[in-house]
Amino acid sequence: MRARRAAPLLPLLGLVAFFALWEAVPLAGLVNPAFLPPPSALPGAFLRELRSGQWLAAIGNSLGHYALGLGLGIGLGIAAGTVTGLFRTAEALTAWVVRVLRPVPGLAWVPFAIIWFGVSPAAAVFIIAVGVFWIVYFASHGAIRGVDRDLLEVADAFGFRSAPERLVKVVWPAATPGILVGVRTAIGQAWMAVVAAEIFGVPGLGQRMMQASTLLATDIVVVYMLTMAFLYGVLDAAFTALQGRMLRWRA
Amino acid sequence: MAGLIEIRGLALAFTREGARTEVLADLDLDVVPGEFLAIVGASGVGKSTLLRVIADLVRPSAGSVRLSPPAPGRRAVALVFQDARLLPWRRILDNVAFGLEKLRLARAERRRRAGEALARVGLAALAARWPFQLSGGQRQRVALARALAVEPHVLLMDEPFSALDALTRESLQDELSRLCGAARQTVLFVTHDIEEAVYLADRIVVLAGSPGRIVATHTVPAPRPRDRAAPALQETARRIRRDLTAPDRLPA
Repeated sequence: MRARRAAPLLPLLGLVAFFALWEAVPLAGLVNPAFLPPPSALPGAFLRELRSGQWLAAIGNSLGHYALGLGLGIGLGIAAGTVTGLFRTAEALTAWVVRVLRPVPGLAWVPFAIIWFGVSPAAAVFIIAVGVFWIVYFASHGAIRGVDRDLLEVADAFGFRSAPERLVKVVWPAATPGILVGVRTAIGQAWMAVVAAEIFGVPGLGQRMMQASTLLATDIVVVYMLTMAFLYGVLDAAFTALQGRMLRWRA
Repeated sequence: MAGLIEIRGLALAFTREGARTEVLADLDLDVVPGEFLAIVGASGVGKSTLLRVIADLVRPSAGSVRLSPPAPGRRAVALVFQDARLLPWRRILDNVAFGLEKLRLARAERRRRAGEALARVGLAALAARWPFQLSGGQRQRVALARALAVEPHVLLMDEPFSALDALTRESLQDELSRLCGAARQTVLFVTHDIEEAVYLADRIVVLAGSPGRIVATHTVPAPRPRDRAAPALQETARRIRRDLTAPDRLPA
């Protein structure tokens, strides 16, 4: 009983302790405050960024790249995962292509992104989409491969025999839980890709962090780190709520 | 009277890893309107396969299956499986409406017919529930409602009660007997349970051997509603048991 009553407070206590320790380390002179700005320096830095309009512009740009890259990666990941999940031939054809491309990290695509798209939002969207694609692709492929064959037989028995009918009536609904797990992972992973994609100069959060760090304005770097954490937290909470609603048919 | 299902010279064989297995051979069968026909046989004799051939889920190797063409808004056959196989992401009413979505009916008409079918199995109150909230017996009733909703000329049932506990099984048998008797619903019912067959069916076909063939046909003389302990039923059951245990008919 005691443990349960304390439970909602514990994470908060942990957070407070974390910030307190963080504040104490530069204050005690253990670390140069320029290398580790104390939390108390952050509200000021945040207000400066906000007043100059840089903060809003940066998150506006980044959210644009994020949403487009995420949407593109999810769409293509589900489409490709559906095709290879349904058709053995497609799976066999792509088996080695997947093995070759899969381990290439998003950052390794930066040179090609610049060559193909220039230092432009399209390049950032491309890099984000590549990272998202693989996560959603594997989740979708696995979920669709795992659809209960007995349920497909039900679709057959009631006359739903064409591929589109089977997809809409059984395959996609049955695969939804597995696909959503991939989408949730992608929602987090895509923020890492945002920084990677913008760090080479496309306007946004990542670019602003890069500029600030070259000027040793570490407080501003931390402001953007926390901004990203906050945006991720909001999106993940919203998605989890949506996921719960979509999957309320599960025990 | 023309048969709703006419099977002539049906054979089914499949080849797996080079070995050819004959499942069914030389099978003729007619299902006439209004009858409750049971197919009885040991596990593995090809009873379920025969239902799948009739439902066009499996292609026969030889012979023909002719179904009477369905009237508009109906299906020639509808299959109830051994397990309910409800779609877990659909509410109960939408599960019952599943087959209706193929029949080009207006949405309101689909809902009306699904609601009616659900009421016939006594579960109208559960329309808005999810499958996971129902008991095994209730789920199987929903599966029956899903099949009844498409008003099939012949209701195909593949050991539909074998996964249920004895009490639930008997109450569902009573209900099926009552439902189909009242509506003159034609039923083709597959089971390995001889007592179940004699309690439900007007006519019983015994399937035995390897490959499976029809070895005997019995008519059950008892009127409905039936008494499970009636001597006429027990006598028929005894004869079927003899058919099935003849030395050359035991499953391999």
